[in-house]
Amino acid sequence: MGSGLAVVANGFRGFARYLGGVMGADAYAKYLEHHKAAGHAGPPLGEREFWRDRTDRQDSNPQGRCC
Amino acid sequence: MAGVPDQRKNGSRAEGGLATDPNLPPAAVDEARLEAEERKWTPRKIALWAAIALLGGVAWFMLAIVRGETVNAIWFVFASVCTYLIGYRFYSKVIERYITKPDDRRATPAEYKADGKDYVRTDRNVLFGHHFAAIAGAGPLVGPVIAAQMGYLPGTIWIIVGVVFAGAVQDYLVMFFSMRRGGRSLGQMAREELGVIGGTAALIATLLIMVIIVAILALVVVNALGESPWGVFSVGMTIPIALFMGVYLRFLRPGKVMEVSIIGFVLLMAAIIGGGLVAQTGWGAAVFHLDKVTIAWGLIIYGFIAAILPVWLLLAPRDYLSTFMKIGVIVMLALAIVVVRPEVNVPAFSEFASRENGPVFSGALFPFLFVTIACGALSGFHALISSGTTPKLVEKERQTRYIGYGGMLMESFVAIMALVAAISIDRGLYFAMNAPAALTGGTVETAATWVNSLGLSGVNITPGLLSETAANVGEQSIVSRTGGAPTLAVGLAHIMHQFIGGTAMMGFWYHFAIMFEALFILTAVDAGTRVARFMLQDSIGNFVPKFKEASWRPGAWLCTAVMVAAWGAVLLMGVTDPLGGINTLFPLFGIANQLLAAIALAVCLAIVAKRGTFKYLWIVALPLAFAAVVTITASYQKIFSPVPAVGYFANNAAFSKALADGKKEFGTAKTVAAMEAVVRNTTIQGWLSVIFVVLSIIVIATAVLATVRAFRNRAAGIARTDNEDPFVPSRVFAPAGLVPTAAERELAAEWDKLPADARLERTGH
Repeated sequence: MGSGLAVVANGFRGFARYLGGVMGADAYAKYLEHHKAAGHAGPPLGEREFWRDRTDRQDSNPQGRCC
Repeated sequence: MAGVPDQRKNGSRAEGGLATDPNLPPAAVDEARLEAEERKWTPRKIALWAAIALLGGVAWFMLAIVRGETVNAIWFVFASVCTYLIGYRFYSKVIERYITKPDDRRATPAEYKADGKDYVRTDRNVLFGHHFAAIAGAGPLVGPVIAAQMGYLPGTIWIIVGVVFAGAVQDYLVMFFSMRRGGRSLGQMAREELGVIGGTAALIATLLIMVIIVAILALVVVNALGESPWGVFSVGMTIPIALFMGVYLRFLRPGKVMEVSIIGFVLLMAAIIGGGLVAQTGWGAAVFHLDKVTIAWGLIIYGFIAAILPVWLLLAPRDYLSTFMKIGVIVMLALAIVVVRPEVNVPAFSEFASRENGPVFSGALFPFLFVTIACGALSGFHALISSGTTPKLVEKERQTRYIGYGGMLMESFVAIMALVAAISIDRGLYFAMNAPAALTGGTVETAATWVNSLGLSGVNITPGLLSETAANVGEQSIVSRTGGAPTLAVGLAHIMHQFIGGTAMMGFWYHFAIMFEALFILTAVDAGTRVARFMLQDSIGNFVPKFKEASWRPGAWLCTAVMVAAWGAVLLMGVTDPLGGINTLFPLFGIANQLLAAIALAVCLAIVAKRGTFKYLWIVALPLAFAAVVTITASYQKIFSPVPAVGYFANNAAFSKALADGKKEFGTAKTVAAMEAVVRNTTIQGWLSVIFVVLSIIVIATAVLATVRAFRNRAAGIARTDNEDPFVPSRVFAPAGLVPTAAERELAAEWDKLPADARLERTGH
C-alpha cells in the first residue's frame, strides 16, 4: 500500500512541477542555475529583486497573448 | 507523438564528426543512426500506424458519409486525433526534411544568448505547454461555435485539414525561422526579407489587425455579460482577485507563483458561486444588471487603466490565473466529451450551408466559413507568439517540430471540442441564442416562433425550453446571446451536468465557462493593447524620437489612449449595431486574423526561397495561396457585394438612400439615429476592409518578388545570403519529441555521465 501511495504522490509532484514549469514558477531557480554555470563574478539577484526585475522588464517589453 | 525526424543535410559541416567539442559527447544524434531508426518499419510500428489510419478512416466515414439521425461526439475525437497523428508523423516530417532542415549541432538562441532571464533553455515538454498556453485563448472556442450555423461537417473538415496543411505549418515555420534569427519578431523578419515597403506594410497591417481582433474579442465578452448580473459580478471580481495576487507576489511572498495561483483559483471559484447568490438578491440584480453599452464603456475604461498600470499589479497575476484555467478547462472538456460522449443532432450540412443570409454570420460558405473559423485552423496571431517569445526558450533545433507544429495541433483539438460542445445542444436553442435580437424579437415567445418559421428539419422549439434553459443556467434570458461564448457555455453546462452535479450544477458550469472565456479575452485585450501601444510608439518614434523612450509617460499614455480609442470605437460600433455586431463584425475578425497569417506565410515563402529550396516551395505556397484567395475574396465581397447583408458599402448605400428618402425607420434600425449609426459604421468597416486587403496584397506581392529574385539569383549563380545568426556549436543535448528514441536515450545517458562542471555554459554577455 505504502509504495502505491508513494507512486501517486510522486506522480502528483511531477505534475505540479510540470505545471509550475509551464507557468514560469521555476524562473528564479533557472536564473540561479544560469548564474552559477556562467561563472559570473558578482552575486546573483535576490529572489525579491529577480521577480521585481522580471515584471518591470515586461513593462517595457510586452508579450502578446493570443486570441 | 514521438518519433525521430529525418535529416538530410547538405553535409557541409558534417566533416570532422558530430562532436563540436572533443571533450563533450556529440550534441546531436548521428545522422545515419537517425535515418536508420526512421527507415526501419518493424511489424509493430506498421500495425500501429495501420490501426491509427483505420480508426481515423472509420471515424471520418461516420462523420461524412453515414447519414443517421444523430452522430456520436466520440467520432469527432477519433477523426481529429488520428488525422493529427498522421499529419504530425508524416507531413511535419516532410517539412522538417525538406524545408526547415534543423541541425542539433547548432546552438539555439537559448544557448548562445543565455542570460537566465529571456533566453533560457527550457525542457521541451514544459515549453510545449507554455507555448500552447500562449497561443490558445478564446478564439478557438468561439469561431467554431459561430460556424456551426452551416452544419458540423464544413467546420470539422476545415479545422482538421486546415491545421495540418496550413495552421501548424505556419506556426512551425515562423518559430523555426525566428529561432534561427535569435528570436526576432515577425515585423523585424518582414523588414529584413521583404525590404522597406513590404516591411512597413506588414507593420501597419499588424497594428490595424490587432485593433480589430481586440475589439471583437471584447465584443464577445460584452455580449456574454450584458444583462447578466451573475456574469458581471463574477467576472468583475477577477479584477480585485488579480490585484490581490499581484500585491501578494510583489510584497508578501515573491516568486511563489504556484501558491498564489492556487489561492487565486479558489477565490475565482468562490466568485462564481458568490455571483449566483448575489444575482438572486434584489440589490445584486439591480446593481449588476448592466446593459451592453454600459459594459462596453466599462471595458474601454478598464482597458486603458489596465494597460498603463505596471505589469506586476494586474497583467502578470491574471496571466497566471488564465494559464492555470486554460490547462484545467481543456483537460476537463476533453474528459467530459470522452466520458459523456454526447449525441449530436445537427446535420452535416445545414439549410444555411448553401445560402449567404444566415442569421448567425452572413456570407456564403466559401469564403466566409474559412474566415469565421480562424483560430484552430489557421491563425495569423500565432505568428506573433511563435516569433519572439518561444524561440528564445527552445533547447534544441529539432524540438521546434514538436512545439510549433504539435502545439498548433493541440489548439485545433480545442476547436474541435468547442464545436462538439456547441452542436450537442438543441438546434433550435442554438439559433435562438445566436441570431441577433432584430430577428428573434428578444422574448422567448417571439424567438420560438421565429426559429420554428425557419423551416429547419427536426427543429420545433417551445418558449418553455428557452425559459427553462435560461433558468437552469442562472440567466434571465438566453435569447439572442450572440458571440459564441454563451452557446459554448450552455453546451459545456449541458455536457458537464451529466458528468458532475446534475441540473443543480448547470448554473455553475455555465458561469464557469463564461468566466474562463472572459479571463482569456481580458488578458488578450490587456496584452494586445500594450503590444499595439509599443508598436505605435516605435512607429511615431521614427519621426519624433522622444516617443521611442518606453519610460516617457506622456508618450506611453497618449499612445495607449489612441489604441484604446481605436478598438473602443469598433467595440461600440458592434454593441450598438442594429444588425447585431457579431453578425457583421465577426467576419472582419477572421479576415484580419487570416490576412496576418498570409503575411506570416509570405515572409516564410521568401525565406524558404532564399534558402534555395524551390522544389518544396509548394508546402508554403499552398497555405499562402489558400489564405490569400479566401481573405481577398472575403474582403472583395465585404467591399463590393451588392447584397446589403454581406457588403458594407451596399448596406451603407441602402441606409443612406432611406435617410435621403426621409424614412424614420429602415430594416432593423428603428430610429433615425440608428440609421445614421449604420451609415457611419458601414463606412468605417468598409474602409478598414479596403486598407487591410491593400496592405496584405502589398506584403504578398513583395514576398513573391523576393521569391522570384531568389530564383533568378540561383539561376545566375549568385551566392545566396541569409539573415540567420552565425553557426555556434552546441554544447548540450536533449531529445526532440515527447518520447525519446533509443538513440536519443543512449546519447542522453552519455551526457548525464558528464560531471556538471565539464559543460559550463558560455556566458551570453
